Amino acid sequence: MTANQMSGEMNAVFTPSDSQGSQKTTVNRLAGGQIDRSRRLRFTFDGKGYLAHPGDTLASALLANGVRLMGRSFKYHRPRGVISSGSEEPNALVELRSGARREPNTRATVIEMFDGLEATSQNRWPSLSFDAMGVNDLLSPFFAAGFYYKTFMWPKAFWEKLYEPIIRRAAGLGSLSMEADPDAYDKGFLHCDLLVVGAGPSGLAAALTAGRSGARVILADEDFRLGGRLNAETLAVGDQSGADWAAATVAELASMPNVRLMTRTTIIGAFDHGIYGALERVSDHLAVTPKGKVRQTLWRIYSKRALVCAGAIERPIAFVNNDRPGIMMAGALRAYANRWAATPGHRVAVFTNNDDGLRTVADLRAKGVQIAAVIDSRPDAPALSGVEHLRGAMVIDAKGRLGLSSIVVRTASGDTRTIPCDALGVSGGWNPNVGLTCHHRSRPVWNDGIAAFVPGNDLPAGMTVAGAAVGHLTTAAALRTGAEGAAAALADIGHSAALPDLPRAEDDAPRLTPLWYVPHKKGRAWVDPQNDVTVKDVKLAHQEGYRSVEHLKRYTTLGMATDQGKTSNVTGLAVMAAMTGQTIQQTGTTIYRPPYTPVPIAAFAGRSAKEDFRPKRLTPSHKWATEQGAVFVEVGMWMRAQWFPKPGETTWRQSVDREVLATRGSVGICDVTTLGKIDVQGTDAAEFLNRIYANPFAKLGVGKVRYGIMLREDGMVMDDGTAARLAEDHFVVTTTTANAVGVYRHMEYCRQCLWPDMDVQLISTTEAWAQFSVAGPNARKLLQKIVDQDISNEALPYMGCAEVTVMGGLRARIFRISFSGELAYEIAVPTRYGDGLIRAMADAAKEFGGVVYGTEALGVMRIEKGHAAGNELNGTTTALNLGMAGMVNKKKDAIGSTLSEREGLNQPDALNLVGFRPVSKDALMSAGSHFINAGAEANAANDQGYMTSVAWSPNLGHYVGLGFLKNGANRKGERLRAVCPVKDLETEVEVVSAHFIDPEGERLRA
Amino acid sequence: MIINHPLLGPRDSQEFTYLGDASLIDRPDWQAPDAVDQFHDYLYLRDNPAGEHRELWFHEQGDRSWLVVTRNVVTHEILNVELASDVARSRGRSK
Repeated sequence: MTANQMSGEMNAVFTPSDSQGSQKTTVNRLAGGQIDRSRRLRFTFDGKGYLAHPGDTLASALLANGVRLMGRSFKYHRPRGVISSGSEEPNALVELRSGARREPNTRATVIEMFDGLEATSQNRWPSLSFDAMGVNDLLSPFFAAGFYYKTFMWPKAFWEKLYEPIIRRAAGLGSLSMEADPDAYDKGFLHCDLLVVGAGPSGLAAALTAGRSGARVILADEDFRLGGRLNAETLAVGDQSGADWAAATVAELASMPNVRLMTRTTIIGAFDHGIYGALERVSDHLAVTPKGKVRQTLWRIYSKRALVCAGAIERPIAFVNNDRPGIMMAGALRAYANRWAATPGHRVAVFTNNDDGLRTVADLRAKGVQIAAVIDSRPDAPALSGVEHLRGAMVIDAKGRLGLSSIVVRTASGDTRTIPCDALGVSGGWNPNVGLTCHHRSRPVWNDGIAAFVPGNDLPAGMTVAGAAVGHLTTAAALRTGAEGAAAALADIGHSAALPDLPRAEDDAPRLTPLWYVPHKKGRAWVDPQNDVTVKDVKLAHQEGYRSVEHLKRYTTLGMATDQGKTSNVTGLAVMAAMTGQTIQQTGTTIYRPPYTPVPIAAFAGRSAKEDFRPKRLTPSHKWATEQGAVFVEVGMWMRAQWFPKPGETTWRQSVDREVLATRGSVGICDVTTLGKIDVQGTDAAEFLNRIYANPFAKLGVGKVRYGIMLREDGMVMDDGTAARLAEDHFVVTTTTANAVGVYRHMEYCRQCLWPDMDVQLISTTEAWAQFSVAGPNARKLLQKIVDQDISNEALPYMGCAEVTVMGGLRARIFRISFSGELAYEIAVPTRYGDGLIRAMADAAKEFGGVVYGTEALGVMRIEKGHAAGNELNGTTTALNLGMAGMVNKKKDAIGSTLSEREGLNQPDALNLVGFRPVSKDALMSAGSHFINAGAEANAANDQGYMTSVAWSPNLGHYVGLGFLKNGANRKGERLRAVCPVKDLETEVEVVSAHFIDPEGERLRA
Repeated sequence: MIINHPLLGPRDSQEFTYLGDASLIDRPDWQAPDAVDQFHDYLYLRDNPAGEHRELWFHEQGDRSWLVVTRNVVTHEILNVELASDVARSRGRSK
């Protein structure tokens, strides 16, 4: 190479502290290329500064700067360089950026250069060129396929303490920052008639055909420059270069309002019914995500038809030491030269089994790169002139640990020759990129003509394939099948598209004689460089009985990790086929699954992260409660006040005890809006409730409320609550907070699927009404200050309800029901008045020394009263278990009543809900404890039941508990062991009534 | 998946919740002499075909219709979508 053939560009290498930089040549930058030489970008790799241009990738910029060594391999820590120019890259994985934005395992081939880019090599210590773990390479006999299953078998205790930490440290990829991702991510939805996957020649021709017809088109490509291989080749399209034709076509497409061009967008998977997942890297090519923009967007694309134009991926030929930095795919070598004006070396050799590899020779020569030799495994290959073309020869070894220095060639005559070179392009042929076509378990089929798998016949509905992805490996065929594929796909949905006049293009299908690996006795030939799998590993797996291709994959790890074997799988299968004597078709492939390339978890989360992980529901008193300094707890999606600390209270118990005592002593107010509310209307409303509740509802009077239990059809209790009859044909049903959604769904199921002609309508009004419980001996006095009508015991007796007005005319509903066991009401106003009502009631409560209480006090009082809640209604308990067997009416049809009669649910030793108190008054009890008879051993065989709820009762001065005990109803007074192995706690408890407070129910009727 | 709602047109399956076999519509008579056995079979015995399956879906994030979706559970192809109330009536259910 002469000086004037070099770009002549200066100022390549600088140190971060020296912004002017030292004056050095970008040693491997060629002329031409699709980079913007008018601008320079600075970047660092392992702390050393370099220069690049817009249009570069990290890989092209490193090559241009003379850097071939980019990483260390996973297992043996072998020095590695880049081998591809696309997303299939297995070797050149780096940690990109720093701090919280650090991204491990990022492929240098797809990192678009920006000013200030920082990249660090990974899986090496202390440095990339001297890696202490390189000792693994010398120990390689111990690390062959299946090594962990054989080497680290015993003693068992060594696994966790010794083997695993060592393996994890020695074998691995990049590391996470362990900091929260500071960027925003999003999700989006798009619709189109035709989705074109890939913007190479076939994709562009397809989009042009569909776009000109007026169809709604999405053209997506993972690259930041559309054109695919047209940008990497020198082949003409019409009278333009391929790259110029691509640019002109993209410009026309960009002008069409019905076409959406999506660059930097990978179609990651084919899902059901024409839905495709797409990851758009919106800001990855920028130094910092701009304010108000997202880093990446995960799109869900609803397509009527999809045309996969995903091209093909070149495959290597395995030979000994074929992983030396500087050895890469022949097509990548010319892509770097043509598109990025970069070369890994000045003296380059090419090893090929097909004509396409020879294009690299011509293109590099045209760029002034010296060709050391062309090693062509085909004895009958057409002879090249002007270069040394060794036909019938093979590369048998490569030298140069940190970078290729020479190759060893066995010629057709059997001589061995060493040929100095600093780069080698290898071409074993091209594999159509069939991944997406297999996402619904279609199996690709072998095509002998191109010695590769092509898509099968049972593709996902609505998907067709064109161009190299279907095995058409010429530009002309790609253009033609792309256009025809688009027209056919649109015709299928009744939309006609005229075929465009396509330019003339190269149409010589490359000839190939398959060669998968160069036979060798010694040394290691790499099939899967990312997972350090060699030809011998595949042979070993086969010898050890792993004959299925799926077993081969798991045993050797061939085709796993970030690249999913895009360059290695077919070669691995071919080696295996050679072992078994089967054809490659018979050997078969492993299953291709989404995503096509790695997707950050953050993109899957989108905006549903951190505090927005799920929606928050706020109660109508939330603002007021916040002002009071309430402590909140998340219940379902609701934020409920848990307790309201007062000055001087240092523990939650102090606050909760005060709230309980004040409520039972005077009056307490609690926001119970979160309980589900379902409005039930219609002439059959009463009969409908009669069937969904186990107990009777048909004869409930207007103005009355009744407690009810709903069963599942299997006889278990689903939920409990109340139904209030506001009018002959109008009820309001309440549910527990947790089951509000499920109960509503169940009621709609009963209405629509079981009794479709019942005149009944349902609607959830949970969020339409703000509802507060007012409980305690002064509840009536307090509420009478709020409610405009008379609410005396005569006017509104226990279990009565009424539509009333409050505060001088605001419509409201009042229900005289009690969860605490006190004289209590629930008062409901339209939600927008909830804030006003809590303020008015809290103000009015002051006169009585009343309080507003949270969910903890609510829980204490319901346990004191012996009321079941979620802990008891846990999906495994029956009405009998809960002491409500008498409520299940046998004289009517209700959901669950028939199966509640099953023998197994009605045994004499069935669990009964009873109360427990510690024998020693100051002893602790714990929910989750199991009951064991006194004197019996604490084991599962002796289990007598379990404690469901425990609270400290400030009224009684000891802990109180509820629990299920075998035949518990008949065991009052018995002493048992309550054993909690999890907390290492055991308490002697006495079986008592579940109603610790006011067992006769006098208070609530007062 | 996309479910073609009989009233609302194509809708993403994310808007729905799934219950199970549409045979749940055929709830036995509680007064039959062998009602417990019939309810047992109704609740616990299901065909599990590798192919067409009629199943109940609830349009929870939509109009709250229960639908009977006939779906090939191998290919996910949806062959028919009906309102469950229509199916229930056609199978003799009323009130």
